[in-house]
Amino acid sequence: MVLYNLPYVAVVVLTIIGLGTIVLKQNLIKIFLGIMILESAVNLFLVSLGYREGGIAPIYTNAPDRVMVLPTPQALTLTSIVIGVATTALLLSFAIIIWKKYGSIEIGFLRRLKE
Amino acid sequence: MIPAFVVENSPALMIIVPFVAAFIAPFAGRAKPAVRALVVGGAMAITSAITLLLASDVYAHGTRLYVFGAQAATLAVPQDSGGIPVRIMFTVDPMSALMLVITAIAAFAVVIYSLTSERHHSGLGSYYTLFLLMVTGILGMVATGDIFNFFVFLEILSIASAGLIAFRIDGGVAVEAAIKYFVLSTIGALAILVAIGIYYGEYNALNMALIAQRMQFTLLDQLALVLIIAALAMKCGAVPMHFWTPDAYSMAPSSITALLVVASQASLYGLFRTVFSLYNITLNAACVGWLIIILGVLSMVVGVTMAIPQKNVKRLMAYHAVSQTGYMLLGVGVGLAVLDNQPLLEAFGYMAMEGGIFHIINHAMYKGLLFLTAGAIFFRIGTYDLNKMGGLGHSMKWTMVFFIIGALAIAGIPPFNGFASKLMIYESVFVFNPVLSVIAMVVSILTLASFVKVFHSIFMGPVLPEYKDVREVPGPMLAGMGILALVVIVFGLFPSLVVETLVAPAAHALADQGMYIAAVIGGGA
Amino acid sequence: MDMLFTLDTGTGFWNPLLWVLGTAVAGVIAVFLYSLGERGYKKGTAQTEPFISGNPEPEKGLVHVRSGNLYWGFLDAMDGYYRRLVPLHTGDLDDYVLWYMGITALFFIVVVVFR
Repeated sequence: MVLYNLPYVAVVVLTIIGLGTIVLKQNLIKIFLGIMILESAVNLFLVSLGYREGGIAPIYTNAPDRVMVLPTPQALTLTSIVIGVATTALLLSFAIIIWKKYGSIEIGFLRRLKE
Repeated sequence: MIPAFVVENSPALMIIVPFVAAFIAPFAGRAKPAVRALVVGGAMAITSAITLLLASDVYAHGTRLYVFGAQAATLAVPQDSGGIPVRIMFTVDPMSALMLVITAIAAFAVVIYSLTSERHHSGLGSYYTLFLLMVTGILGMVATGDIFNFFVFLEILSIASAGLIAFRIDGGVAVEAAIKYFVLSTIGALAILVAIGIYYGEYNALNMALIAQRMQFTLLDQLALVLIIAALAMKCGAVPMHFWTPDAYSMAPSSITALLVVASQASLYGLFRTVFSLYNITLNAACVGWLIIILGVLSMVVGVTMAIPQKNVKRLMAYHAVSQTGYMLLGVGVGLAVLDNQPLLEAFGYMAMEGGIFHIINHAMYKGLLFLTAGAIFFRIGTYDLNKMGGLGHSMKWTMVFFIIGALAIAGIPPFNGFASKLMIYESVFVFNPVLSVIAMVVSILTLASFVKVFHSIFMGPVLPEYKDVREVPGPMLAGMGILALVVIVFGLFPSLVVETLVAPAAHALADQGMYIAAVIGGGA
Repeated sequence: MDMLFTLDTGTGFWNPLLWVLGTAVAGVIAVFLYSLGERGYKKGTAQTEPFISGNPEPEKGLVHVRSGNLYWGFLDAMDGYYRRLVPLHTGDLDDYVLWYMGITALFFIVVVVFR
């Protein structure tokens, strides 16, 4: 039972690590790493939803008569990974500009807009 | 007159046109900026026309389906699929159509405005790419009938918006605003993705209608509901998750801020769609309804009181945007709270929902107008600081007129459109709970007070020596503002017409889950 | 006709055209009263200059009441409220994320308890 749910346990652990990193760390790059860990957690969640034990790749041409894993969650995960790449690239380019303009990427310095 | 091909494929075309034009724009700009202006303006005009065409078709003939990759565009359930809609589809019901109308009008006005207002800035190729991607994202979000597709369009919208918020780096401050917006919206989008995973795991479906039909409201569904509600409420700027709103709205270029308002309305649409179409009466309507009402009341009060001491005109308007979102949450929340009680729903629930939904369209128009006037002032005097302004009414008469129209509309002064929707909210909410109605009225008064202050400090007073050479903004910018001002006035003078034709069908489509399911799967729930 | 212009709000009604008509009538009355007024007004004479107890008129730019001075009384009266509310808008990204996560958790508790 525990072994079967291991991916989901990993998802929860990764989520906690990701959120914790976002909230507790002060460095922008580390915060973005936290977001990436969170993304990985969600991707793992999606992929493990479609996993069937002993399943084969869902390609119907000349397929042996066995259980297949679900293709849809894999498609979702792939899309999500692509979006994650775009997100990461944009966030890191923001970090570069902040470093150039503010001279620091500590979150405590990002407080010119408030109240 | 209009080819049947366009009418048939309008849901796909309204996404494809801005999407393709987005990637043509930078190349067109290499030839000549005028060519780019033509491409962007033309693409947006075509998109708006197709969108309005689709919306009018939906209002005339009911919900439109568009199934991608199927033999026929309306073939939602193929013969061999066992009654399951397997393909990605757009489900455009009257509520979606209303959002399409809002987006079409606002985005068109904004594009006319920004072709002139941004003329002297650098990097315009990517500016219009991101702009058109934002439009694509909004249109896709409100039209789609597939929940994963909703997530994809939401992310397209977030990434494009973040890029545009940071567009004028402005010593890094705009980038700071964009980081705040984008980190929050990425976390929110991931929460939505988890909810989508939960739905898929439970119901083996991504189609909203199919999920709605199979909805059990188990503990996992409750988790998914909460993840989606909280994420989308954050994205539409409900208090106490509104902190990014003033930052992002004040640092984005003004024309983008006007579009960001529409974008946050699209998130609001997603929230209502989830609560009404996915869950409907399976959830505890009173409990979730009250959650939304409390969010709404908090947004109204905190938004307006935070707006009053603001010194930056766009920050002030952004807090008002938060406050006005509260009205929509209040109106529709009251409708949700009585959803499982048919007599009460008939008595005032529909009216409250209509008020809230009418306020969505009104808010997108007058708030867009106000942000555009703020941009026009910035265009001429180069500051958003209210303490540095004064006496501009002498030189910028048209801008002043448009500002007055927008300000009176947002404050709910008759005969402008804000009054009509607020009246509907006051009267129906009063029957539900008088206290809420009184709070809404007080907030409206404070809104008026706040805009009197803004009006006085920008336009009144003698001509200041530093601004004695200020001229009126160029014609196209006035035209962009004029379109929105015209809509504000027309909607204000003929509220009944708008409510009967646009808003009431949307409210009923939202409340009637069976109709939504039947349109896709057939036969009803 | 009536259907077209009168908005039924459940417990009341709203007809903007009647309102515009009423405003127009009031405007006509106002213009009429205005036309009965003082005719001895001459532009460009000392008559039109402000009289500030015989002191010279200050620079135009100094006369304008800037926005920072408006609603001082309201803000002062509501000081207790603003002293608590404004500091919540810290401008710190960590706080933004924490508020969002807190509200999600709160909603979850409420929805599960009251289902």
